[in-house]
Amino acid sequence: MTTVVLNRRSLLAAGGSTLATGLLATGVSGLLLPARADGLAPTETMSGGANNYRKGAAIVDRIGKGGFWMSGTVRRAGDGVPLAGQRIQIWAHTTEGQEHEPQSHGATLTDKDGKFRLEMPQIIPIFGQPHGHLAYDSGEFKTVFLRPVMRSAKETSLEAHFVLQSA
Amino acid sequence: MKGWRSARASLIWVALALAIGVPIALAAGSELIAWRGPVYILAGFAGIIGLGLVLVQPLLIGGYLPGLSTYRGRRAHHWIGGALALAVVIHVAGLWVTSPPDMIDALTYTSPTPFSPFGVTAMWAIFTVAVLAALRRRLRLRLRTWRIVHIPLAIVIVACSVAHCLLIEGTMETISKAALCAAVLAATVKVVADLRRKRALRGESA
Repeated sequence: MTTVVLNRRSLLAAGGSTLATGLLATGVSGLLLPARADGLAPTETMSGGANNYRKGAAIVDRIGKGGFWMSGTVRRAGDGVPLAGQRIQIWAHTTEGQEHEPQSHGATLTDKDGKFRLEMPQIIPIFGQPHGHLAYDSGEFKTVFLRPVMRSAKETSLEAHFVLQSA
Repeated sequence: MKGWRSARASLIWVALALAIGVPIALAAGSELIAWRGPVYILAGFAGIIGLGLVLVQPLLIGGYLPGLSTYRGRRAHHWIGGALALAVVIHVAGLWVTSPPDMIDALTYTSPTPFSPFGVTAMWAIFTVAVLAALRRRLRLRLRTWRIVHIPLAIVIVACSVAHCLLIEGTMETISKAALCAAVLAATVKVVADLRRKRALRGESA
């Protein structure tokens, strides 16, 4: 007869390694929905993501004078098919305005490969972190707000990726 | 001998002035200020000055600042405690005006920024000490009881303020910020250790 030795330490160690593997393999969304092995998990709204959001920012070629690139992709949850023509709204505290000000907001559409890219003024740290905000809020899919943080305030680009699920 | 003592006294005051003045001056020269509104700038500096006051507090109560009697040191500690609470109020109010949703996230412990919960915890500890200190006579708290309440809260204030400040990417320059935080920690460790030693010398039980 074998005895299963299961003490708190081994449980913690096992839990920790599972957690680490999950994080490495699929990112945070995988951690939240570990059972969805059948397909791509939808992106969850990030905390603080919707802060200073202004609904219905206009589609623009560029926000302000530009110099900084916000880019990313939009895909469908489950099969991961790229979604074309999706409207992504972008805003941040930049060298040309504060987060809540209208001139700091703009929107763009994804291309046929589900990619988007919008030039905007340089993002600078606000509230202790250099970060941007992005929203998908068009109704067809569930609304998602993202708040990516730049690795350094000196960077001149930032990426954010959406995986959307039906509303 | 006397010359050495007065030189040492001025050295301590100069070191204190530099430890607080240099981070403030470097923050004032930060390029980020150009893109901030006056209220946000005020809120930021209230925070930096607050951290400077957190350094002064253990130095005053430990009697490490030359030229101040124990009595005057304690009076100054009392008033600077009030000034610290005021600095925190200005810091939080200014940030609230700058971006209400971000401040609400911080105060409700739901902010995505890792430094926010430390700042909010330090704030509540500061307010608690300030209110208790104001009511101390009315509550008839004896020195021993007061210390049992105040010392753990002071440690929370120091640890959380330092963590809050170090994790923020803002106007403060990195090295002067780290030096000020190190001074705050060192002063606190020293005053707590000295208090314990004095108590041991008096033969009181812990």
